[in-house]
Amino acid sequence: MTSTQFRALWLEFHERVRVERDQLNRLDAAIGDADHGTNLDRGLQKVAACAADTTDHLAATCRQVGTVLLSTVGGASGALWGSALLRAAGALPDSDTCDTAAALAALGQGVSAIQARGHAELGDKTMLDVWLPSLEDLDRRLSAGAACGEAVAATAGRAAVLAQDTAPLQARRGRAAYLGPRSVGHVDPGSVSTALFWQALATVLARS
Amino acid sequence: MKKVVNRVEDVVDEALEGFVAAFPQYLRRVAGTKVLTRARPKAEGLVGLVSGGGSGHEPAHGGYVGYGMLDAAVAGEVFTSPTPDQVLAGIRAASRGAGVLLIIKNYTGDVMNFEIAQEMAESEGIAVQSVVVNDDVAVDGSLYTTGRRGIAGTVFVHKAAGAAAQRGATLDEVRAAAEAAIAQVRSMGFAIAPCTVPAAGQPTFTLGEDEMELGIGIHGEPGTERRPVAPADELADVILGRLSEDLGLTEGCRLAAMVNGMGATPLLELAILARRTRQWAESAGHQLEAVWLGEFMTSLEMAGASISLVRLDDPLADLLAAPADTPALRQGVKHD
Repeated sequence: MTSTQFRALWLEFHERVRVERDQLNRLDAAIGDADHGTNLDRGLQKVAACAADTTDHLAATCRQVGTVLLSTVGGASGALWGSALLRAAGALPDSDTCDTAAALAALGQGVSAIQARGHAELGDKTMLDVWLPSLEDLDRRLSAGAACGEAVAATAGRAAVLAQDTAPLQARRGRAAYLGPRSVGHVDPGSVSTALFWQALATVLARS
Repeated sequence: MKKVVNRVEDVVDEALEGFVAAFPQYLRRVAGTKVLTRARPKAEGLVGLVSGGGSGHEPAHGGYVGYGMLDAAVAGEVFTSPTPDQVLAGIRAASRGAGVLLIIKNYTGDVMNFEIAQEMAESEGIAVQSVVVNDDVAVDGSLYTTGRRGIAGTVFVHKAAGAAAQRGATLDEVRAAAEAAIAQVRSMGFAIAPCTVPAAGQPTFTLGEDEMELGIGIHGEPGTERRPVAPADELADVILGRLSEDLGLTEGCRLAAMVNGMGATPLLELAILARRTRQWAESAGHQLEAVWLGEFMTSLEMAGASISLVRLDDPLADLLAAPADTPALRQGVKHD
């Protein structure tokens, strides 16, 4: 991945969240406080504006994205995305390009940061219900010899299904957890936005 | 939606400006932030105290910035936790060289954002510790790994830790004082009418003419149980029974209580709850040493109240009775 692709990824992710903003808010209204789409859109808009002005290398850009998300999104989402990006930056090189192994390591580090920050586990009805199995899915495809772009595209498709699969789960983390059994039957909005990230990544890789 | 606002996106910013305008002898705004800090900072070498959270809980948290309580309060958007950079600004403002204690209410977003700020401050060389308040008995902590919410009882924690810090206790000691208060405080609230978040424009839930929600939080969320409205004494008895059971009170305990309005319930009605609280304590054989009556931790214009009980021992009773001079809580201050 190049630093140009990395910046394009965040523009693409913002575009997808912007389009789905009201739907993300509606999902959040059912089990949270109806602002997931608004908050993420606000943060990514700032990220997109900053990305347009920077020519930094990968690690610095990643760190900048994390810092901006941390200070503009608010709530749990901002803390989780921000922590992920700041940790992922440590796995990226101080240069304009990195190989697939480094990109995978950065993704893995980011997801570890989300786990460490949120203390959630698989099945708690959080974004980790998409992140953890998606990473495994991607790893499996790459190990089987798939080309990077194709593997990510397939994983992005899987991520969308995983997001919908959060519906029958009872929330054990975040504000939805206070609803207890009443959280069952609703899709987790953080999982849906995570699937949008995977789709953005697939789109950007497919362009090159 | 009828509200006394200019533009909804300016509500928090203009309110913070307003608090400083009204209480210049107590408050300063840290430039470019949503942090209120003491106009006259405490002496060097004393532990700083920072709390905060979403806006909409006024007078919390800025109202408790002053002598004997908080050194900085960090405001988020309405009912949304502040971001780590804002909390970090609060920590820097509160730091007087002896470390800073963060008093966090137990919500996922608040805990994460304050934790990140704590790590950032530590990397700058500021010693920071934190405590998490979880006084709401309406949410059964055993059912959910997120645990109980932090509500009005948090103000007792501000008071106890603030008094300890003002007296020159070390960071470890201030944290221990806060944790001792947290271990002994329980709260529960009810609503007879919902509130409207300015940016949302719609009430957070609807209630029939004769309905109420028991076990509410402080973010306009519905409670754990919907039931017919009841007389004040009956409501107080239900809540005090739950608090007492959860604290495991036996006869002859020393207690302090807080009757807290949620934003749209008149003092006239809150006083009726205070009356019943004292009657209940006397009939149960407890010594009720203080009753705090008023609005301490609101939920915008929600109508309703919460009652908190805190079990006292000598050190905690002493810290709660110590002088404080803040916009929202003034007691024991010497005058002519």
